[in-house]
Amino acid sequence: MRIVLKPYIELFFAFFKIGAFTFGGGYAMIPLIRNEAVFKRKWLNDTDFVEMLAVAQSMPGPVALNTALFIGNRRQGFKGSLAAGFGVILPSFIIILLIALFFTQFKDNPLVERIFKGIRPAVVALIAAPLIQLGKSTGITLKTLWIPIAVALSVWLLNVSPILIIVLSIAGGIAYYKFIVQNRKERGNGTD
Amino acid sequence: MGLIELYASMFFAFLKIGLFGFGGGYAMLPLIQHEVVYRYGWIALEEFTDLVAIFQTTPGAIALNSATYIGYSAVTTAGYGTLEGILGSVICTAGVSIPPLIIMTLVCTFFFKIKHNSWIQAALKGLKPAIIGLIASAALILMNQRNFPDYTSWGIFLVIFIASLKKVDPILLILIAGVAGVLLY
Repeated sequence: MRIVLKPYIELFFAFFKIGAFTFGGGYAMIPLIRNEAVFKRKWLNDTDFVEMLAVAQSMPGPVALNTALFIGNRRQGFKGSLAAGFGVILPSFIIILLIALFFTQFKDNPLVERIFKGIRPAVVALIAAPLIQLGKSTGITLKTLWIPIAVALSVWLLNVSPILIIVLSIAGGIAYYKFIVQNRKERGNGTD
Repeated sequence: MGLIELYASMFFAFLKIGLFGFGGGYAMLPLIQHEVVYRYGWIALEEFTDLVAIFQTTPGAIALNSATYIGYSAVTTAGYGTLEGILGSVICTAGVSIPPLIIMTLVCTFFFKIKHNSWIQAALKGLKPAIIGLIASAALILMNQRNFPDYTSWGIFLVIFIASLKKVDPILLILIAGVAGVLLY
């Protein structure tokens, strides 16, 4: 029985460790996962890792969880992805639950309020700053700049559901790249 | 609302967040906020900012952390006890994790087909500019009177914004902002 369980326990603990140290969101843990899964345990090679990462990032859900599920599945099938998934979720689940249990008691403390008064604008800055880099790497041009602006304004001012935005942009992507661009290519004029 | 109904609506809200949560943590913020603040009112927008601050300094993905925290907090705020609250955490965390579990299982089965499928690639290309807009909306929603009550807060914003562009560690920046808050207020 022990021999059968071993690969699952290994997956669980490898991702438990990763889950415990993924401060600051998914992108911070990429080097950690790479170190653990590629270099230390040799579960997959670096090329596969990069390809897997591209897929994990483009699918919905947290990147850390997607990566754990993917590697778990590759190693041990569905049960392997459960073991890795539980591993990566559990540390933050425990920590956040403890915070939820006790945070209400500190919330109205005057010192805590002063700390948060300083932190609140910083939180907004940390969300806003990556936008510049992201706009560049996504290849946003003056011609396509209207899309993020229209999205941001409609969600911010008109309370449009982000789900509607996502569904529309998937439909828009398919309509544009599958039909308009492809037709243009078939007619042989212009590249876009 | 009865406890079972509350559990059910929390589960489905987070299932939706898991299913439509493209583009990573910050892009998921408006989605989470739309469901838990705007649609259901489980927490106030003010509290949401403070939670994002906490989630940025604790390990784990923002969507999962939101599920764990709100699962507990919505249930206990509704007047139920700690145990019911913990079960709420479990339910929300499961809700947000189930879509990725199903999707990644499918991805593993059809990996190469997905990678080279021109329909999926077209859909993903369509999503990219929208994801930037969603992140921008998260910043704009949080740029409110309560988070920016005075010039000091705009000063903190500018300093942290520039430091973040210079790739200073975000956790360090939050700690600095917290100290600045104590010193300046």
